[in-house]
Amino acid sequence: MYETRYHKPATIDDAAALLSGNDEAMLLAGGQTLLPTMKQHLAAPGDLVDIRGIDGMAGIRAEGDTLVIGAATTHADVARSDAVRKHCPALAELAEGIGDAAVRNMGTIGGSLANNDPSACYPAALLALGGTVVTNTREITADDFFEGLFTTALDEGEIITAVRFPAVKKAAYAKFAQPASRFALVAVFVADGPGGVRVAVTGAGEDGVFRHEGLEAALSGDWSAAALDDVEISEDGLMSDFHGSADYRANLIRAMAKRAAEAASAR
Amino acid sequence: MTSGIGQNVKRKEDKRFITGKGRYTDDHRNDNQAYAAFVRSPHAHAKVLGIDAEEARGMEGVIDVLDGHQLTGDGIGNLICGWAITSKDGSPMNMGAWSALATDTVRYVGDAVAVVIAETNAQARIAAEAVMVDYEELPVVVHAIDALKDGAPQIHDNAPGNLIYDWELGDEAATDAGLAEAAHVTTLDLTNNRLSPNPMEPRSAVATYDHAEDHYTLYTTSQNPHVARLVLSAFYNVAPEHKLRVIAPDVGGGFGAKIYIYPEEITCLWASMKTNRSVKWTSERGEAFLTDMHGRDHVTHAKMGFDKDGRITGFKIDTIANLGAYMSLFSSSVPTYLYAPLMSGQYDIQNIHCNVRAVYTNTVPVDAYRGAGRPEATYLVERMMETAAREMGMDPAELRRRNFVQEFPHQTPVLMQYDAGDFPKILELAQEAADVAGFEERRREAESRGKLRGIGYSTFIEACGLAPSKAAGSLGAGVGLWESAEVRVNPAGTIEILTGSHSHGQGHETTFAQIVAERFGVPVDSVQIVHGDTDKVQFGMGTYGSRSGPVGMSAVVKAMDKVEEKVRQIAAHTLEASEDDIEISGGQVKVKGTDKAMAWHEVGLAAYVAHNLPDGMEPGLKETAFFDPVNFSFPSGAFICEVEVDPDTGQTQVVRFTSADDFGVIVNPMIVEGQVHGGVTQGIGQALLEQVVYDEQGQLLTGSYMDYTMPRAADVPFFDVQHHETPSPNNPLGVKGCGEAGAIGAPPAVINAITDAIGTNDLAMPATPQAVWRALRAAQKPMAAE
Amino acid sequence: MTKVTMKVNGRKVGADVPDQTLLSEFLRENLRLTGTHVGCDTSQCGACAVHVNGKVVKACTALAVSLEGAEVTTIEGVANGELHPMQVAFNDNHGLQCGFCTPGMIMAGIDMVNRYREEGRELDAAAIRHELEGNICRCTGYHNIVKSIQDAAAKM
Repeated sequence: MYETRYHKPATIDDAAALLSGNDEAMLLAGGQTLLPTMKQHLAAPGDLVDIRGIDGMAGIRAEGDTLVIGAATTHADVARSDAVRKHCPALAELAEGIGDAAVRNMGTIGGSLANNDPSACYPAALLALGGTVVTNTREITADDFFEGLFTTALDEGEIITAVRFPAVKKAAYAKFAQPASRFALVAVFVADGPGGVRVAVTGAGEDGVFRHEGLEAALSGDWSAAALDDVEISEDGLMSDFHGSADYRANLIRAMAKRAAEAASAR
Repeated sequence: MTSGIGQNVKRKEDKRFITGKGRYTDDHRNDNQAYAAFVRSPHAHAKVLGIDAEEARGMEGVIDVLDGHQLTGDGIGNLICGWAITSKDGSPMNMGAWSALATDTVRYVGDAVAVVIAETNAQARIAAEAVMVDYEELPVVVHAIDALKDGAPQIHDNAPGNLIYDWELGDEAATDAGLAEAAHVTTLDLTNNRLSPNPMEPRSAVATYDHAEDHYTLYTTSQNPHVARLVLSAFYNVAPEHKLRVIAPDVGGGFGAKIYIYPEEITCLWASMKTNRSVKWTSERGEAFLTDMHGRDHVTHAKMGFDKDGRITGFKIDTIANLGAYMSLFSSSVPTYLYAPLMSGQYDIQNIHCNVRAVYTNTVPVDAYRGAGRPEATYLVERMMETAAREMGMDPAELRRRNFVQEFPHQTPVLMQYDAGDFPKILELAQEAADVAGFEERRREAESRGKLRGIGYSTFIEACGLAPSKAAGSLGAGVGLWESAEVRVNPAGTIEILTGSHSHGQGHETTFAQIVAERFGVPVDSVQIVHGDTDKVQFGMGTYGSRSGPVGMSAVVKAMDKVEEKVRQIAAHTLEASEDDIEISGGQVKVKGTDKAMAWHEVGLAAYVAHNLPDGMEPGLKETAFFDPVNFSFPSGAFICEVEVDPDTGQTQVVRFTSADDFGVIVNPMIVEGQVHGGVTQGIGQALLEQVVYDEQGQLLTGSYMDYTMPRAADVPFFDVQHHETPSPNNPLGVKGCGEAGAIGAPPAVINAITDAIGTNDLAMPATPQAVWRALRAAQKPMAAE
Repeated sequence: MTKVTMKVNGRKVGADVPDQTLLSEFLRENLRLTGTHVGCDTSQCGACAVHVNGKVVKACTALAVSLEGAEVTTIEGVANGELHPMQVAFNDNHGLQCGFCTPGMIMAGIDMVNRYREEGRELDAAAIRHELEGNICRCTGYHNIVKSIQDAAAKM
């Protein structure tokens, strides 16, 4: 790796100050994406600002019907949290399916969302559950947060501190893993929540995670797998690579949506 | 005897590995350690117009930057292919020049052009990025078929049309006649997918030059350190053999990829001399994908004819083999003599003709990977049998049975003389263990869960125990393929076995000790296996081609024969008995029918104190032997695979896998079964998961585990491994070799099962979910149109 | 350079290391604990698995300086006077061949047995296979690794 300077600020303001005006600084949370990228010399941050030492950055709590997960909470902690399992078991299952046990012990929800990898799992949850990203300066709704491949609404130096998920009536996540990386080749998160039925697709879109209106409309009318049989799944805008061309991914969107819909009903 | 042949002796070598005390190459670090990082071509084909290392030289920690002109200027020779293949028109193969560091042309992405030596690994890597190479890009060809097309980019000047050789085996006219008279002809076009061997330990080299002694020491990840030393000395001119010590310490898997001598080892040795530093290089996984020799990559068109009773009348094969950008050490032999002679499979086929064209492409060189040629042949033969059975409406097991070789020895029309086997028996064994009778019920049950269940066979043969040196020589091999052993009985009776075989997971430290324990009645723990160091062990040929058992162990047996003879002489002399009356058992050397005996260690002591030896006998008790096999050995097996396919996603799960193997005599069933588990998993990997993918510009798309799918624990079931032993008559233990069987036999069993499940034969490896889904959809389309 | 101190295999250790030093490098190069292996660059093979504060972590994907004060256990530290039941099980069940992935397998195996026990979940063969997603072996076909972990789980 290239040389870097490591910082572990104790407060969010200190972290923000370290990032401020420093183009070469990057936030470090679990590091499960950033460190491999640095090892391959694809990233070369001059400064790393580790936010895991900041009080309150990690942890899960329920605020009324809303689940609040600190940005530096690991996937493992989300997966085995009683609060998450109670409020939104789909989210716990999603977390349990990210990477492997060792990765889940380090990787964080905030890191995953901020990176917005088009094949990551958490973006689908945030979008389908209609969650809110809380930063050191503001709150950003899910619909406003994702802006394309590895791009979010976060400003330079803006730090995610927590993520809020409203209570939903039912939800489930179905993932078809890319065989090698085990990231989502296609995964679908379905939820019936305060804003109605929302269906988010990750792994498939050329611009990253997206909501599928056709699937949402079908499930709004009839929450069943069968209701999704005739929904048109366009190949336009879907990724194509040797693991899955657009038509295959379109097929998987339907297959995973059906599975998720069924799983949500069965809960 | 609880530790002899046939016993599940727990591995002696395990303790150091389970406690983290294994010593692999990268674990070695010298006081004056420097680190090498290679400057590699980002282009698949380009002229090297110039190298500017000025900036890199000035960077922190950089000791030197060396390039190919310096390397060749110092007389370091080109890499060679050690097996000469002659084309059918009598012309020699066209071997293009391959310098460890390219001087004027790069021919694949990853081809090294320079090396940076620095104080730390990180400094070397960062400086390597600062070496500016001026390339002029050339047109690229990636696929074997494209390489033969008119106007294809020319990769080596001395290989017109990129053709390395156009070779054949068998009688074409007789085969054509056999096909012409056939009642049914099955035709197949198959691709054998390109694989990356991926031993979990990346390649590594630690090279140290001692100026005072003018001597080199190389720690390296090798399956055959003596062959490495020979080639480094005799062909690459790095150092004469007596000035070069090659040590292959603990090696973390090989699978063929660590047979070869690579540019990196050559360069590290030379750079150590140039910089007067110990030079270390350890491959990263990404670098391994770019530079470790790949395996397979065949395109084949074949026809097999059958008479009205289903007996094979002829088998004709036309294969194009992609050897990549350069000819690696044994690359030429893999698609020829390790391939075509296996085309008879387990079957009595009178007429076989196999034509192979080997070509250059702008890809990583291709050489032997677990099975080497035999998986490619087996895939073809066994896909052919299953396909033909379906076309003729026959039970696939019955079609095989009708064609099985029944008597041994059996001479095939493609060079091989099968030594021993019982093919109907192993098929029966497999069918019983796999409960073939209950399959239809399992299929119906799966259907009720929305899954498509299929069953597939593979009844296969291998040629292992490479190889009779004279025969190998007559076929073009540059080396003999015998093995050596020294048996040293120490004065206090413990025993050291010095073997040219190399253990990198095979468990030789246990199994080789078992055959000694069996023979001399001594505890396994009193036997130490010494291997992997050219300063300690006599010249030997190393481990590949499932040869450590049939060839390596046979050399140990031969040396033990000599030791035993001397032990008998000493004991007879001491105990005043006839040599014929001496027997060795239970740690005792006894006179039959009497209570006269010497303890084993007393014989050792007598040999070394030499106070009372027979007249004229030399003191000491150690013997060396070289074993040159008279024939290959022919392990055979019957695999039955059951899969379930999810029609919604195309996902295939191997739900049941049964193997019935004939490895001849088995020394340690636990270890043999472990070899089967691993080999079958690599075969399942080839069938379902693994594939090296290049884009049309020759850029590697599968450059990490993010894109190259390694089999994981959830991809495979528990395996049911059955044995049936027909001893090989061609070596003293009757062993046949077991390392490659799984990788050879498994791929067609898996694909035969999937194609059975989905009802269409049009499916290539790897049968990824997408590929299976596509095949299913293509098969369903005509039905939808009806 | 930053001074990092941690407790590795029960022993307090410290060194000045460049900030970008990975835990795997710190263990292998600074402490010369070479049982922690590096088999890939993308955090997938698991040969480098160690325990940090009681949880399995890939040492190739953690910065040493970020683990100031941590308790780290490597393969060299799991035997406590005598071999750990997981180590014994790998020997008993032929759960290793070349041995390169083995340290990571053992560290992952211990972690999964402990974790499932804490959570009251049953660690059957299917669960073991699922839990081994982050550990790649090229030799054994996993058959005997799964058996080893099953065996150890019964004895731990």
